[in-house]
Amino acid sequence: MVQERTLPTFQSPPAQISAEEGLMIYEDMILGRYFEDKCAEMYYRGKMFGFVHLYNGQEAVSSGVIKALRDDDYVGSTYRDHVHALSAGVPARSVMAELFGKETGCSKGRGGSMHMFSAEHNLLGGYAFIGEGIPVALGAAFQSRYRRETMGDDAADQVTASFFGDGTTNNGQFFECLNMAALWKLPMLFVVENNKWAIGMAHERATSQPEIYRKASVFGLPGIEVDGMDVLAVRAVAQEAIARARAGEGPTLIECLTYRFRGHSLADPDELRSADEKAKWQSRDPIQRFEAYLIEQNLADDEVLKAIRQKIEGVVEDALSFAQDSPEPDPSELYRYIFAED
Amino acid sequence: MAETFLFNALRQAIDEEMGRDQTVMVLGEDVGVYGGSYKVTKDLHGKYGELRVLDTPIAENSFTGMAIGAAMTGLRPIVEGMNMGFLLLAFNQISNNAGMLRYTSGGNFKIPLVIRGPGGVGRQLGAEHSQRLEAYFQAVPGLKIVACSTPYNAKGLLKSAIRDDNPVLFFEHVLLYNLKEDLPNEEYLVPLDRAEVVRPGQDVTIITYSRMRHHVMAAVKPLERKGFDPEVIDLIALKPIDYDTLGQSIRKTHRVIIVEECMKTGGIAAEIIASINDRFFDELDAPVLRLSSQDIPTPYNGRLESLTIVQPQQIEEAVEKMMQLQV
Ligand SMILES: Cc1ncc(C[n+]2csc(CCOP(=O)(O)OP(=O)(O)O)c2C)c(N)n1
Ligand SMILES: [Mg+2]
Repeated sequence: MVQERTLPTFQSPPAQISAEEGLMIYEDMILGRYFEDKCAEMYYRGKMFGFVHLYNGQEAVSSGVIKALRDDDYVGSTYRDHVHALSAGVPARSVMAELFGKETGCSKGRGGSMHMFSAEHNLLGGYAFIGEGIPVALGAAFQSRYRRETMGDDAADQVTASFFGDGTTNNGQFFECLNMAALWKLPMLFVVENNKWAIGMAHERATSQPEIYRKASVFGLPGIEVDGMDVLAVRAVAQEAIARARAGEGPTLIECLTYRFRGHSLADPDELRSADEKAKWQSRDPIQRFEAYLIEQNLADDEVLKAIRQKIEGVVEDALSFAQDSPEPDPSELYRYIFAED
Repeated sequence: MAETFLFNALRQAIDEEMGRDQTVMVLGEDVGVYGGSYKVTKDLHGKYGELRVLDTPIAENSFTGMAIGAAMTGLRPIVEGMNMGFLLLAFNQISNNAGMLRYTSGGNFKIPLVIRGPGGVGRQLGAEHSQRLEAYFQAVPGLKIVACSTPYNAKGLLKSAIRDDNPVLFFEHVLLYNLKEDLPNEEYLVPLDRAEVVRPGQDVTIITYSRMRHHVMAAVKPLERKGFDPEVIDLIALKPIDYDTLGQSIRKTHRVIIVEECMKTGGIAAEIIASINDRFFDELDAPVLRLSSQDIPTPYNGRLESLTIVQPQQIEEAVEKMMQLQV
């Protein structure tokens, strides 16, 4: 048996937040959680189809990073993309409608669960093959630098955040892109969501150096390990990386130690992860932790948080009925969107 | 008019387009300081600078993906494959992302991207550097595939490809870079979706593309002397194929021979024959004949190599044989 990596004690000071920011982040995390719970319910009731990868447990990463970005920054995701899309501002209605394959979905029902796209929100999209989204995100980051330096566009200081899993860091595209991003000092965040598993492959069984953040050093960029169950810790690290990127000081690799509370996808029987392991991580639920923090710091009280939860329940219900009531794509448009002119 | 090598015609196309549109840039291995393996980007690095003529590390999959991301966000990148064969490493990005992403995203993004470089069977370069890849890519939805064959069309087509809002796979042929031709001094474009009638004729339609166009034209000379009058069509667009032009010709000649450099199995001709049967079967006086290269890795040995690809002599014989068929 490989030894389990012990969680380090984290030193990064939590991000300083106002009550308003705290509630904004809390709402985003709740939205991510409730949205995914609704997906599971719909899937198990036979109303939603395909491969559906849920994000429960990892909310601190999406909310911690994306809510520290500007609206015009870019986000690149994977097949586990619903919550990244929500954090990036894509309305719950469009994400849910996409899951139901409807014309009103953010990818017009052509993409599905693993392919959420929104040009309007600079969401570069969900990529179903592991690793392939990293170079695409690198291209967006390159584009920002290109516009600024060769086209004299001073406003082109956007940062690109690329999200992917621990398993993906064993793929060549990860290393190739670390190299190019550092070489060309591109404004990019490589955000690894290390949830310890790649389907049934335990991280320690797949990699010679399980501490992924260390892999940055050989490419000459900062690599930072952060508690991925602590949204403020993630936010603090992200803010620093974003500031560096925006200032033209180059990319950062952020390894978030996190855990998914459900199986790999809703089709996964999830038999390999021990009950012990699951219970241990469940006790570190990022939402409960953040709730406790908000109350402890007098940034919110029970009533306010409850009101947010109720509001989001409504948002998710509304998204669901919107999705269910929306029209299917028109069969006469089967060939639409193949070419740019269509 | 100025006599211009094909490689230089391509270079002029890139230079002109970079001059006209700041979002156009080139990236690839040795495209910058070195000027490109076939000198297609010679001196452009000095003229346009580091970022617009970007020397990349040898990471085909990732720099192709990067070009796609840059295209999605508003640039118009030109990726040079040092040899088109190396783009096999980027097959995933070309297929999943360049080809399919616009559709998968429901039209959220467009991908104005050109992927160009030397393809085809060279002279004793061995199997890996003498690939016939166009057929591998033809099934990918969302890609346009173009093969240039003369300095004139190389320049006009590349300019059109750079201005096109879709991903274009642009095949050059490693043995055609030193073709020379007088090119107009004024600017011109050649459309990406039109086949070129190289020689009008009445007897038989010979459909071809890339270097095989020149083999076909070499065979046409003796055929003319023997009194035959073939029509030669250079496809130019390998995807989507210009069936309008093919149809016009077939309605006139009623006989078709396809000459290609790619392999027979699953080749460009295989696809065209199936489509001709769908569209123009009633027009045919004889079964469509195809001359393809052999279904083998390209051998190094010179004699075996020439046996692998179609030679002018075979084209001549095929035309004579087809014209003997009575209907
Ligand atoms: C190129 C490729 N190979 C295999 C797969 C199948 N697959 C989907 S997810 C996955 C595991 C990825 O694990 P990780 O990167 O840790 O992300 P996580 O699912 O844990 O978020 C695999 C092997 C794939 N999608 N793409
Ligand atoms: Mg994982």
